[in-house]
Amino acid sequence: MSAAPKNLRLQNAARVVSDPAPAARRMVLSGWGHYPNIESEVSRPEKIAELQAVVAGTSSTSTLIARGAGRAYGDAALNADSRVVDVQRLDRMLSFDPDRAVLRCEAGVTISEIIDVFLPRGFFPFVAPGTRYVTIGGSIAADVHGKSHHRDSSLASHLLGFDLLLASGEVRRCSREENAELFWATVGGMGLTGVILELDLRLRRVESAWLDGSLVRAANIDEAIEAFERTDREYGNSVAWIDCASRRGALGRSVLNVGNFAARDALPRHLAQEPFRVAPSISPLVPFNLPDFTLSALTVRAFNAVIYATHRATDGRAFFDYQSFFFPLDSIRNWYRIYGKRGFVQYQCVWPTAESRAGLVEILEATTRSRRGSFLAVLKKFGAQEGMLSFPMPGYTLALDFPVSDGLFEFLDGLDEMVLRRGGRVYLAKDARLKPAAFRAMYPNFGRWQAAKAAADPNNLFSSSLSRRLQMDPA
Amino acid sequence: MAKILILGSTSPIARALASRFALDGAELYLAARDGAEAARIAGDLSLRAGVTTHSGRFDAADFASHAAFIREVIGELGGLDGVVLCFGTLGDEDSAQSDSAAAIATVHQNFTGAISMLTIAAHHLEMQRAGFLIVIGSVAGDRGRARNYVYGSAKGALALFTQGLRGRLAKSGVHVMTVKLGTIDTRMTYGREGARLTVSPERAASAIFEAWRRKAEVVYVPWFWRIIMGVLKAVPEKQFKRVGF
Repeated sequence: MSAAPKNLRLQNAARVVSDPAPAARRMVLSGWGHYPNIESEVSRPEKIAELQAVVAGTSSTSTLIARGAGRAYGDAALNADSRVVDVQRLDRMLSFDPDRAVLRCEAGVTISEIIDVFLPRGFFPFVAPGTRYVTIGGSIAADVHGKSHHRDSSLASHLLGFDLLLASGEVRRCSREENAELFWATVGGMGLTGVILELDLRLRRVESAWLDGSLVRAANIDEAIEAFERTDREYGNSVAWIDCASRRGALGRSVLNVGNFAARDALPRHLAQEPFRVAPSISPLVPFNLPDFTLSALTVRAFNAVIYATHRATDGRAFFDYQSFFFPLDSIRNWYRIYGKRGFVQYQCVWPTAESRAGLVEILEATTRSRRGSFLAVLKKFGAQEGMLSFPMPGYTLALDFPVSDGLFEFLDGLDEMVLRRGGRVYLAKDARLKPAAFRAMYPNFGRWQAAKAAADPNNLFSSSLSRRLQMDPA
Repeated sequence: MAKILILGSTSPIARALASRFALDGAELYLAARDGAEAARIAGDLSLRAGVTTHSGRFDAADFASHAAFIREVIGELGGLDGVVLCFGTLGDEDSAQSDSAAAIATVHQNFTGAISMLTIAAHHLEMQRAGFLIVIGSVAGDRGRARNYVYGSAKGALALFTQGLRGRLAKSGVHVMTVKLGTIDTRMTYGREGARLTVSPERAASAIFEAWRRKAEVVYVPWFWRIIMGVLKAVPEKQFKRVGF
């Protein structure tokens, strides 16, 4: 294999823009929740020089936000009446150092591509979010977490550094050592400090594509929390699926899935022969938006089908293929369509450890009472966390889906108050409706972030529908 | 292991096609006017497919450099089994229709540069009595249209040249394939009105690769453009003129 060419690293000299900006077109875009739908002027560079031309060509009267795979749920990668740059075609893998397990690539590379290329060689991302179809650039902007957060923290912990294209056209190297303030403002910074061109990501060494673990059934919320606390030393990955139809003494009834990547010699013989091979997963399609009246019954059935098909009772040790362990919902493409044409929002919140149980009960009860229909919820324990606007904190996180309906946002404002009272916060990558005051109260490092943002982008070139809704832009 | 030169390797379709050949185990030389970008794509393919890749800069309109360039490629690859010609540019059709220098530049980028490269490569393949040429053209070359006839005539001429070359090289066992691209989801079509019926570069590359494998001679990609162009070509000149495509 040829060594990667030496001069791949972008230098500041790359500021000289030689390629013309690609054509832009007006498009209605939305996030994964398909709420809201907003028109923007979108361009799609085919290489970094064209991206630089897009940034250089954005006038002072308009703003710009980078968009990856469009998997943020709400308005994070939307920019009403202004410009969006789609970076999905900027997806070159530049080099890989197998000794240090470090991949250097452009920001449009997806988690899915990393798995396809590197799992057969014995490497896997440290952080696998709920879908594999996200770009690394977007994952950094949201500082995503996965089922191993209690052990591995968020994506930022495995990111050695990146080259950030600033509004001025300058390319700045950011890491824990260089421009550290900008590094910590950019991870979780929702794309508002600049556009990541290239990055260095550390991968995990694995001996197989299988997780060695088990399913633990919990009769109620106390058993679920007890199960997390009991298993979190032994298992690097854990997640619980809560049955939201449960109430009273069974409130929080759930199934907890835990596992560690299996060592090759721990696998049954038929798997050990080809330890990185898993059966290709079928990918059924939801062909169109389902009419609202089918919602309740079908949602329950579809989710149960997916979750429980891959989570059959195994009161004891079992092997799970990585796809169904980490990405069960990816097996239904376009699953957002289950929620009908008005779209949905996902409400994900976290509480500090001491407040988690009370917070969970409060939110689950309010949701059940409201009959607004999250039938399945995801529960997860978080560990330590850095990053000025990163979502996680040590404690428990809950994610609920709500189809958009009349009165929903007032109801969610009520949930915000409950979460805030207990010192918690909601996740911006999932959000489409949080209010500015609640946002500031939830993110105490916002002032520090604002200073770093102002230093990197003094004219506020980078802005999005989300940043304006939350009044993150300078007044 | 096939040793393949890809000319104009930084376009999305060239990259996707190179990726198909790389996954098939080929050793590739990626050449483009933007040599640095060709090097990045070569690095990417090498990493993803685990094959050896090379890269370098060439200019389609610098005809005098072509023979030496091909020699250098053959030296670096240690042979040459196939050439995929992907370069070409839509250019600025408006200025090409009023400014003869711009018109000639468009023809150089799409036709003259191509015949220069193809003539040199054909000689090499004919001597070794094996190999292939894939020439990426366009459905725009099937019929002159008011909107893009400068580009279209260059692509049409390229198709004729390739057709003749196919006849000549048939005796030497060299496979020459003409690809007529319809609308692919690339920089050329992004943002244009009516860019319907487009397919992704990956799907187009798969179709080209499969056609190459079954030794097709002329292939439309996507396939339904054969029907569309069949209909368009059948419209009598009088009517066609009035529709004003």
